[in-house]
Amino acid sequence: MSNTSKSPWLIHYDGSSCNGCDIEVLACLTPLYDIERFGIINTGNPKHADIFLVTGSVNEKNAPVIRQIYEGMLEPKAVIAVGVCAASGGVFRRCYNVVGGIDRVIPVDVYVPGCAARPEAIIDGVVKGLEILEKKRDTVRASKNKISEVS
Amino acid sequence: MESVQIISMVCYVISAPLLGLLLAGADRIISARMQRRKGPPILQPYYDVRKLADKERPSAGGVQEFYVLCSLIFMVITGAVFFAGGDLMLAVFMLMLSTVLLLVAAFSSNSPYSQIGAERELYLTMAYEPMVLFTAIGFYVFSGSFRIIDIATGGSMPIVHLFGIFIGFVFILTIKLRKSPFDIGMSHHAHQELVKGISTEFSGKTLAMTEIIHWYENILLLGFIILFFCDGSILGYVIGLAVCISVYVFEILIDNSFARMKWQSALKSAWPVALVFGLGNIIVLFALEA
Repeated sequence: MSNTSKSPWLIHYDGSSCNGCDIEVLACLTPLYDIERFGIINTGNPKHADIFLVTGSVNEKNAPVIRQIYEGMLEPKAVIAVGVCAASGGVFRRCYNVVGGIDRVIPVDVYVPGCAARPEAIIDGVVKGLEILEKKRDTVRASKNKISEVS
Repeated sequence: MESVQIISMVCYVISAPLLGLLLAGADRIISARMQRRKGPPILQPYYDVRKLADKERPSAGGVQEFYVLCSLIFMVITGAVFFAGGDLMLAVFMLMLSTVLLLVAAFSSNSPYSQIGAERELYLTMAYEPMVLFTAIGFYVFSGSFRIIDIATGGSMPIVHLFGIFIGFVFILTIKLRKSPFDIGMSHHAHQELVKGISTEFSGKTLAMTEIIHWYENILLLGFIILFFCDGSILGYVIGLAVCISVYVFEILIDNSFARMKWQSALKSAWPVALVFGLGNIIVLFALEA
């Protein structure tokens, strides 16, 4: 395990949902699950975050917000869609304002199933996201080396 | 300069980040235990900084990186001057310069979070700076010299004469270590009402440097605590170290048991403490001499 996967900092955004998954994400921070054991911090700042945790579906109003948070994050970064609504729109899928799952707006790396997703499943999803983060870090390193070679 | 001073200076520059990161790691574990959590591994701050250094370079923010780098350099020089037994007043002013450079870095961004964080940090600086100056003046009145080597090898423990100043200094240490209730400018805890205050717009390498500055600063501040117990003997250092550890654990306890205060409360509480314990102590010293 490298340093990247030992310190994944999260940013959490809740789209249009029932807030069930939202509460389960916060439950991960409580003493029972304590995700800080793995060096995970809930930053609330895209510039500091490595993993973008989205719960709930995308609607017309929050699509630009999700896009902006994603673009504010620096590579290497991973996106995890938590819960059914984030994966496909879930029960809100047919609503007039709902666009669908998170992958309609930004590329998603990991889908965590569940309605609401269990904290254990969310932690599993983040661990899965770490592998992707590792691969992306190697790409960033390679491109950094290339830039320094050119200049 | 004697060889002992040079060795102690080099020791600080090399070992302060190591000690600082262990201190930060222990801080997070003790905080977690106070909240009945397990907490991260002790080397977590190191993993964080290594990861941040691996991040992509932001397209904007070259100016910020420069300011933060300067802040880091001045912090290292401050510590070097202090641990080489140099001038206390010089160390105090360079510490201030390092803080100001960090503030300028925060002000250079247009982010409102960063701007408000920097403004709050300015208020905090106003709150703690008088007490820092009283500490330096107190040491001068006690030993007749601003040179730290003279204070440390003076023969009697400064704490006996400067007990009030010690209390005042521990009070402002809460601000300097960025602990609640005075962590309004920037907190090391994630996700506060002001996102991350002055470090909101720092990312990647710049944020990593901010962390390293914090490690250097913490060790320097604990050095100030040890100075209160230096009487030229080994025993003085041992007592100083023990007090350092207990003061730090006490600060963690305060951090975990208080919510944030407003900046007005910071000024309203820090200035009276500086006046009563800081200036009061100096007046008593003068009265005793006369």
